[in-house]
Amino acid sequence: MSRSFTSQMARNIFYGGTLFFVLLFAALILDTENRIPERSNSAEITPAVVRGKHLWETRNCIGCHTLLGEGAYFAPELGNVYQRRGPEFIKIWIKAQPTGAPGRRQMPQFNFTDEQLDDLVAFLKWTNGVNTEKWPPNIEG
Amino acid sequence: MQTATVKFKSQSVARLYFVAAIGLFVGQITFGLTLGLQYVIGDLFFPAIPFNIARMVHTNLLIVWLLMGFMGSAYYLIPEEAETELYSPFLAKLLFWVFLAAGAATILGYLLVPYATLAQMTGNDFLATMGREFLEQPLPTKVGIVVVALGFLFNISMTVLKGRKTAIALVLLMGLWGLALMFLFSFVNPSNLVRDKMYWWFVVHLWVEGTWELILGALLAFVLIKTTGVDREVIDKWLYLIVTMALVTGILGTGHHFYFIGLPPYWHWVGGVFSALEPIPFFMMMLFAFNMVQRRKRDHPNQAAILWAVGTAVMGFLGAGLWGFLHTLSPVNYYTHGSQITAAHGHLAFYGAYVLVVIAMISYAMPILRGREANPRRAQAWEMWSFWIMTIGMGVMVLALTSAGILQVWLQRIPTEGAMSFMATQDQLRFFYWGRVVGGVMFLVGLLAYLVSFFIGPAADEEEVLELPAGHRLQGA
Repeated sequence: MSRSFTSQMARNIFYGGTLFFVLLFAALILDTENRIPERSNSAEITPAVVRGKHLWETRNCIGCHTLLGEGAYFAPELGNVYQRRGPEFIKIWIKAQPTGAPGRRQMPQFNFTDEQLDDLVAFLKWTNGVNTEKWPPNIEG
Repeated sequence: MQTATVKFKSQSVARLYFVAAIGLFVGQITFGLTLGLQYVIGDLFFPAIPFNIARMVHTNLLIVWLLMGFMGSAYYLIPEEAETELYSPFLAKLLFWVFLAAGAATILGYLLVPYATLAQMTGNDFLATMGREFLEQPLPTKVGIVVVALGFLFNISMTVLKGRKTAIALVLLMGLWGLALMFLFSFVNPSNLVRDKMYWWFVVHLWVEGTWELILGALLAFVLIKTTGVDREVIDKWLYLIVTMALVTGILGTGHHFYFIGLPPYWHWVGGVFSALEPIPFFMMMLFAFNMVQRRKRDHPNQAAILWAVGTAVMGFLGAGLWGFLHTLSPVNYYTHGSQITAAHGHLAFYGAYVLVVIAMISYAMPILRGREANPRRAQAWEMWSFWIMTIGMGVMVLALTSAGILQVWLQRIPTEGAMSFMATQDQLRFFYWGRVVGGVMFLVGLLAYLVSFFIGPAADEEEVLELPAGHRLQGA
């Protein structure tokens, strides 16, 4: 690098560039914030959906599954499981764990009440309705 | 061996941090191997250690030991750059024990208490922050991290304020302050999942593809300046340009996580364009490292440290740059999002950029903390072997996971009709998952070789490591 280009100049480019992109990012996030309610059907977030999300978090479901493609890759995607399996299957499946099949991946038994299972299904149903730009490519997630 | 001591006595607090970092690293890899095996033997250790618990321990240990490494590096680097003793060595030691105790208690909590009970015991109903990937820590741990970070930042900032303000010290400080600031978003958990995910990335992306790159650049520049003796003016310019590119591309590059989680479609363009440029700072780091080594004014006796530093630049470019670029554009990511491709990228990027830079720093500083300029030649040979075994082991893992990912996309994602289910696809990937285990075992062997290097003394004929003759070729660099 030439001598006329000093480290002070490089430093000023760093400060200026960073500030510009931080402000641009903040502006985009502000716009995105305003669009989230419509894209996520936030009017449909019932108390059951909120309780379901809390169960989802406190059982660390993300430690094995993905949700909208994020999480661990050990167990199936659940963002569209409502559509793939339907509410009854989901509840029966959770109640039947672990399968105990030798050598197969096992899901813990969480001893949910019927009301808790309904809450989880409500959360998964709402999640299924989020506008994800047509992701996943097919029903298998 | 040539004796050497730290220039400022208080730099020696770094040693505690480095030893703990390496210890936690071993723990991380042990749980990593467990996870790799659980991919092929599904019910291994169930129900004692289910996959999700082992994964939480694996990823949280990674974060904790890298933070330990960053803090140790800062405690070593800042007094030397500022040319003054650390503001408070006592505070540094105190915070070390607080951080270690909090980390250990958290890991034990994961292993011994059911997660839902842990959440209930630690006030998660009061402020729900748990159960989100990488941010699984109970509320008291998260608060503890903030307290330790503030104490740490206070300590090193005061040191810089009373001393010389170099570019390296300033960039490091900005990176560390940014790290702490972005962590505050871990307390933001809106009930709308879409919003929750967006702010979650403020921590995760703006750490590893933002503020951490400043830390990486500063540590790399420090090791290079010390081992090559190149003029500070030259190194400063490089450093500023690298971190400029890191933030110019990385901040809007956050958008490459916003494609399919419910956010507006313009992120496909914003995220795509800027994240496609994210390899540039990593490429510059590689040019920087090779350039500085080529223009070196001295041949430092610690050749191992130079290997780790150059290795950081190369592997960081491959892992964070190339493997990130592979699936960053939205038409590609549409098929690869949340597949084993993501896992491959995550492993190589963390190893290449952050694991290696912390080891480079430890490799440079630890001999001096132990009273000599460089380790005996035999010990350095062990370190170099360790670098190659770990790096090739990681390479095997990443190629196996990338192959698994490609096959997974082919079977499960691409077909519009009659695609294979997730679990049926997993059965088809077993060969590659075994390959990953092989790579993982190799990685552990390399890590053990690294541990051994600390206990290797000089050979019988080796008395003093003097400056190597000029023109001596660098091994492996």
